[in-house]
Amino acid sequence: MFKRFSLSSDVSGQTPVKSSIQRSIRNAVLSQWKIESSTLEVLWPKKEALTHVKCKDHLSIYAVQGEPIFFQHSDGPIYPTLRVLHRYPFILPAVKVDRGAIRFLLAGASMMCPGLTSAGGYLPPDDTPLEAGVPVAIFTEGKEHAAAIGITKLSTIEMRKVNKGVGVEPITYLGDEFWAIKTV
Amino acid sequence: MVRKNNQDQKGQPTPAAPAPSTTEPTEPAEPIPEPKPPVQVFYCAVCTFPVEYCEFGSSLSKCKEWLKDVRVDLYERFYSEDALQAKIGTMSLEAQSKLEKDAVEKEAKADAKADAALKKKLASQITIKRIERNKRKHVTAIHGLEAFGVDLKKAAKQFASKFATGASVTKNAQGLEEIVVQGDVGDEVFELIEKQVGVLKGIPPDNVEFVEDKKKKSEGA
Ligand SMILES: [Zn+2]
Repeated sequence: MFKRFSLSSDVSGQTPVKSSIQRSIRNAVLSQWKIESSTLEVLWPKKEALTHVKCKDHLSIYAVQGEPIFFQHSDGPIYPTLRVLHRYPFILPAVKVDRGAIRFLLAGASMMCPGLTSAGGYLPPDDTPLEAGVPVAIFTEGKEHAAAIGITKLSTIEMRKVNKGVGVEPITYLGDEFWAIKTV
Repeated sequence: MVRKNNQDQKGQPTPAAPAPSTTEPTEPAEPIPEPKPPVQVFYCAVCTFPVEYCEFGSSLSKCKEWLKDVRVDLYERFYSEDALQAKIGTMSLEAQSKLEKDAVEKEAKADAKADAALKKKLASQITIKRIERNKRKHVTAIHGLEAFGVDLKKAAKQFASKFATGASVTKNAQGLEEIVVQGDVGDEVFELIEKQVGVLKGIPPDNVEFVEDKKKKSEGA
């Protein structure tokens, strides 16, 4: 998604978000992420203005004090930025790919089921599965921090059962052009 | 704490007008928990990744050098013999050695690319052109700053405020962007470059060339 992205060519404008809309965005974040309002308050204090960075292809980036905090495509799910996920790793459900998949992940490749189901990978157990189309933190074998944020293309039960094809599509990853943008 | 709790209850239902009661019951039941402290991530100053991911970047040897310098404990943790053995995990030895070979190649490629970019940059020219508008009026066109990573709009702003005059970014006859400053300020612009003021930092004064554009002469010479 962010393989090609640059502030100078993809951004069409920045506007402060009205407080009534901020409230509904805050509620959407609280309902979509596993985060308590007191923790979100630290990340995005109510007294701080939220800036809407409007980009090409219906992409919206939201920033607090110049730092991108989350983003959204049209009215799709709200994703934290990878740096925010690093600080609050629990806000998205976790999957893990094995070490062999890391270099492909950091090149933006789709994560195939075997990389998630192998001994070095991880998927939540079948009694607490994830549906298809869910934002996930992509952790990697042997590493503490997430390498990417992605979206499930199959339910985790199917990933285990079928064990081939794309399991998780990366949305943003270490070293992509969105990672390079620390401030807007 | 109690006051904050009340605020939250008051604040929440209003925007979710259609179904105000659905989110409410769970929250007030328990006291608001303390905010969870953020994880402190130690990022590499060379490749910007969390340091554990340097091995997948394109500057591993430089990353290692830097880490050894600033945090020898972390260096040991990631790059000692034992650590190298341990991190291979479930990967085959063959795949691991391919990975290492790739890292070296990646870095060599990135270095070569950076080298070429630097050479190109150091060789590119900046022209300061004095253009005669009429008998006593001149404008100054500055071209080529963008090759040094200068934001032209910011530079134009800087010139405008330094010289208390107008400055804008326009396209010249060749379709290239340049900065046009009102007035004959070529020498002053050069002085700012020499002193490396503001956004002009990093621009080699040696690459600056002065050009004169008289009215009678043909355009674009
Ligand atoms: Zn590094």
